[in-house]
Amino acid sequence: MLNILGYILVSVGVAFLFLGAFGIFRMPDIYTRLQAGTKATTLGALGTILGVGLIQPEWFLKTLVIAIFIAISNPISSHALARGSYKIGHKPFMKDDGVDSYSEVELNEGEEF
Amino acid sequence: MSKFIFTFFVLFTIWIGFTTSLQPQEVITGSILSLIITLFAYKTFSKTALSFFQPKRLFNILKYLVVFLIALVKSNFDVAKRVISPSLPINPGIVKYNTKLKSDIAKVVLANSITLTPGTLTVDIIDDALHIHWLDVKSKEPDIIFKEIGEQFEIILKEIFE
Repeated sequence: MLNILGYILVSVGVAFLFLGAFGIFRMPDIYTRLQAGTKATTLGALGTILGVGLIQPEWFLKTLVIAIFIAISNPISSHALARGSYKIGHKPFMKDDGVDSYSEVELNEGEEF
Repeated sequence: MSKFIFTFFVLFTIWIGFTTSLQPQEVITGSILSLIITLFAYKTFSKTALSFFQPKRLFNILKYLVVFLIALVKSNFDVAKRVISPSLPINPGIVKYNTKLKSDIAKVVLANSITLTPGTLTVDIIDDALHIHWLDVKSKEPDIIFKEIGEQFEIILKEIFE
């Protein structure tokens, strides 16, 4: 029973990892690519890792710790990438009436980074 | 002292999680290592210390985990749907989101949760303002932005951290 649940989780995770890669291929600029990348890889990695933990129950605690670390570190790294790429001057892709509140901030903040 | 015990407990739990055995040599090594790291880190590790384990707080953390996992799955389907559809229906932009949370750790958790939920990605936090890249900007009104992006998290985070 646990085995089957584990295999289902692994397959779902793999499917989301594939969709994430596909999203990186299709999106127009770095921020939208990060969107596809972060979300899909987080659920994909959580699914595959916890799935392996369910297939091999003696590894479950280990995989749980790994999953928690991934859930914490993945959004932080994508945030750092987004902030860094804005600071070096990548403007986000926008439709005609798009908003960009961050452009006002940057002017006041200077060149401290 | 309370901080010291809390830090040791968390580190030791992680060690047990990684080794998954209760053999004496593992436990002794783990407790010595946790003790050394605790000596260096207990002052800065946590502000709440042992009061972290109040039943009410633990209940809220569980509630938060459930809300968060549902949002995570929803966000994946949302993004997946956009990626697959041939016309690529996106309308990206960066919006300003004003948070009501005061403590730093709560803001960090909020920012991370926002990154992992439907179509939003935190670019920067400046004081009370979070700048969020939104895959499908629905509105420029601060109230609607607040409701759409983070209200469900903020209510629970307020209970946990403040």
